[in-house]
Amino acid sequence: MAIREDVIVIGGGLAGSVAAIEAAETGASVRLVTYKKSTLRHASGLIDVLGYNGSDDPITDPFAALENLPADHPYSVAGEAAVHDGLDRFDEIVGDSYQGDHTDTNALIPTFGGAVKPTARYPAAAAAGIASDDRPMLIIGFEEMTEYNGSMLADHLEAAGVPFDVEGVECSFPGEYVNDSRVTRFAKRLDINENVEYEGRTTGAREALANEIEPHVGDAERVGLPAFLGDDHTDEVRTDLERHLGVDVFEIPMGPPSYPGIRLSDQLKDAVDEAGVRISAGNPVVGFEAEDGEIQSVTVDSKGREVPYHADEYVLATGGLVGKGIDSGREEGVTEPIFDCHIPHPEDRYDWFDKEAFGDQPFAHFGVVVDETMRPLSADDAPEFDNLRAAGAVIGGADTVAEKSQSGVSLATAVVAGERAGERAAKHEVSQ
Amino acid sequence: MSNKPHVVVIGGGSTGCGIARDLAMRGLEVTLVEQGNLTHGTTGRMHGLLHSGGRYAVADQASAKECIEENRVLRDIASHCVEMTGGLFVQRPEDSDEYFQEKLEGCRECGIPAEVLSAEEAREIEPYLAKDIKRAIKVPDGAVDPFRLCVANAASAEEHGARIETHAPVVDVLTEGDEVVGVEVEHESGPGKRVHREPGTREEIHADYVVNATGAWAGRVGEMAGLEQEIEVRPGKGVMTIMNTRQVDTAINRCKPKGDADIIVPHETTAILGTTDVEVEDPEDYPEEQWEVDLMIDTLSDLVPMLEEARTIRSFWGVRPLYEPPGTGTSDSTDITRDFFLLDHSDRDGVENFTSIVGGKFTTYRMMGEDISDHVCEQFGIDVECRTADEPLPGSEDFTVLRDYMEQFGIRSPIGRRSAQRLGSRTDEVLDYDGPNPTVCECEAVTRAEVKDGIEGSGSDLNATRLRTRASMGNCQGAFCCHRMSAELYDEYDAETAYDAWDELYQERWKGERHALWGTQLSQAALKYSLHATTMNRDKDAATTDSVVDFSAFDSGTAAGTSGGTTGTAATDGGRTGDD
Repeated sequence: MAIREDVIVIGGGLAGSVAAIEAAETGASVRLVTYKKSTLRHASGLIDVLGYNGSDDPITDPFAALENLPADHPYSVAGEAAVHDGLDRFDEIVGDSYQGDHTDTNALIPTFGGAVKPTARYPAAAAAGIASDDRPMLIIGFEEMTEYNGSMLADHLEAAGVPFDVEGVECSFPGEYVNDSRVTRFAKRLDINENVEYEGRTTGAREALANEIEPHVGDAERVGLPAFLGDDHTDEVRTDLERHLGVDVFEIPMGPPSYPGIRLSDQLKDAVDEAGVRISAGNPVVGFEAEDGEIQSVTVDSKGREVPYHADEYVLATGGLVGKGIDSGREEGVTEPIFDCHIPHPEDRYDWFDKEAFGDQPFAHFGVVVDETMRPLSADDAPEFDNLRAAGAVIGGADTVAEKSQSGVSLATAVVAGERAGERAAKHEVSQ
Repeated sequence: MSNKPHVVVIGGGSTGCGIARDLAMRGLEVTLVEQGNLTHGTTGRMHGLLHSGGRYAVADQASAKECIEENRVLRDIASHCVEMTGGLFVQRPEDSDEYFQEKLEGCRECGIPAEVLSAEEAREIEPYLAKDIKRAIKVPDGAVDPFRLCVANAASAEEHGARIETHAPVVDVLTEGDEVVGVEVEHESGPGKRVHREPGTREEIHADYVVNATGAWAGRVGEMAGLEQEIEVRPGKGVMTIMNTRQVDTAINRCKPKGDADIIVPHETTAILGTTDVEVEDPEDYPEEQWEVDLMIDTLSDLVPMLEEARTIRSFWGVRPLYEPPGTGTSDSTDITRDFFLLDHSDRDGVENFTSIVGGKFTTYRMMGEDISDHVCEQFGIDVECRTADEPLPGSEDFTVLRDYMEQFGIRSPIGRRSAQRLGSRTDEVLDYDGPNPTVCECEAVTRAEVKDGIEGSGSDLNATRLRTRASMGNCQGAFCCHRMSAELYDEYDAETAYDAWDELYQERWKGERHALWGTQLSQAALKYSLHATTMNRDKDAATTDSVVDFSAFDSGTAAGTSGGTTGTAATDGGRTGDD
């Protein structure tokens, strides 16, 4: 039987998942087609809306700052309401596992790079690390890990002028390890509370870790550890450590493999399931059929067999350069590989970058241009297809990395694209 | 003059380090000064070919003979820096038979073992060679790690009592009348190993003799000594493009007369494509151009077609310090001899105690060092044999079998094996690390022990540690290890110094990476940017920008309401709380 849905969403990251849920909410039948695991699993799990706009000073109220953005910024195109709607949808999906929805003000969260970062939503596991809280802090690093040094991170936070005392220390992770153990090994040990030999006796890994940390706590009222406190039982791990230590424990968001990112990714998948969205995972979209400016079907490569997936509306949420939703070549320039949507870019590839690593990077702006209903536009500003919308990092026009606006842009564009796609698909049905 | 003359060698490239080692081994007091890291100039910016001499066998047989001789010496004394990949001169159908024959005969005349292979035989060795190649000549080319070799020479010189000062640019050559009596250097962070943020000092280093081994910079040093006749080094820039993997395991040369883009050298985990040759005015400031990178890929794809679609991870440029005696008047810089010249300024300019060495090539650095050391010793009437061809360099002593270090140091293969290949006979000493020894750089399999050893050798300069260890030189170009390397500095150095070193390394990686920004590598660069700017927020890091953050203006959370201070200000806007 042919595959036919009202809406097909391509890409299973933050934008794709939220767009699929949003479309399903309108009553449309939705299928989410994903290929590789989402880059969300590499992300810190913080949900940034707008942290900076041009200057090095962090923005306190991201919503108030929206009006200062240029007209072609994805936020300006999607509209302020979409930014709120996106966050509301996010809050609904994640429930208590995230915080920050009690205020419009950004929170400053310490990163494993030792900087503080403005963000709108943060995992509950990271909440006690908030930098505008004056309780003394202890940062734990581990000799078995190389991502950061606890004392060095603490010194650097101090150099940023944080309003609390902060100390750092390098501990040893209890138990025996080979030298090249990965962070997943430590997380697993805490997750299942594996027995380890610690100071001559056998004890659960969580208790052993607490014992290892305890002598260093001193006046600290909160203790930060790398975000590897368990996988499936993260709340339990944190609560156990807090009980042993008698102080708050928080996770410092890390790079890949990022447990906060993985946990969020899992939550999104559950929410997509709950919304009644069908999922086709593991197969790439390799082509499409179009007629009269409308996409008729997309072609999915199912283990060598090309299968057409039909729908009334399509949402492209394949990601940016990192997620491979945008491709590039020496000859081809910058391209959108599935529908070949127009991506403005300088012809000379030596104009794609700035000489300063943290300069204004043109490549960071690469992506499709969209109208207010999120339809990608061709070079002459006409929709590429009447029934194709884009969401997330595949949309260009802003350096969301420098702005710290990546998640917010994904959410805002996803709610518009998903909702419009769902509504339009319903109209199709009525008219047919 | 004292019975132990003091010689200052200017320049920490292969030549300078070779001279310093040689003179120190002959019992002279030696100070080597270098403006940047060791290999900062040309040595660190070459394709890493250990010449068999085959490339010069037609046009410059004297050089070819020196190459094969030194090729054999280096295999012996620097085994941990050399990989004997073998080399092929590949003839395409459009390349001349006559030249192929000349190349073959040239090799034989110069004593370079050379064997003709059919196209099939050549492709058996290198399956990715183009299907339409005609035939090839096999020669004993190799790959050499110029950083490791330089560092080993400097280490040997130190063992023999020499003083090595990096990051100490010469600001003046001291003269008294018509005699050179020393140099004045500016220590960028005080004498000794480089430390970021440490204020610099100037130092006058007096010497009985000064050797100018600064390659492309020789003219500048000559000027400081007030030479009337300019040292006319003609800097020629050339690009090297690094591939993400070894498309070939043998050094591949195009068998035709000189040309751009005619060599591929396998190097560690990568392959390096080279090169161009364009004369430039200033060895420190010249354009790095797109056409050069494109030319490497497009032209060398004729030999190895898969290069067309392969991923490059960065490109870098080097400046050859070509020299020709005044009046030669060669118009095309590619025709300038690769031979080296010893310019005694006493004979040439009437300036005493001062000699420059110019021209030459990396493979014969030791021989050049021997020649100039002979010359210096002669000035002092010292008659001591050169031993640099016989005594192995540190790391290459009695090291015949690469053991599997998995068991001994708790490191899983292949990490242990890679470490042992880099460290040679120093493996035990370095890897026997007290404490956990996790991997810092996954692309190049570099553990903490090696990074710490690099830091011990070069101070807080992570670019120097990078050169010693290869950490941050792999596919991800430091995305996952710049910060880790910086964390290894801490304790010995303060946080500010460690962060400075991190930022400097990050920027240095970007410099070469940006020439490879398309396809997978652009995607990789975007990931790196995301990790360092989005996840870590290092681009807007309040500790390193001018921003003064008013922490009280931001969300102070909901959970900590009981502990006083600025906490408990939640939900003033009537928003939902996180706990309901």
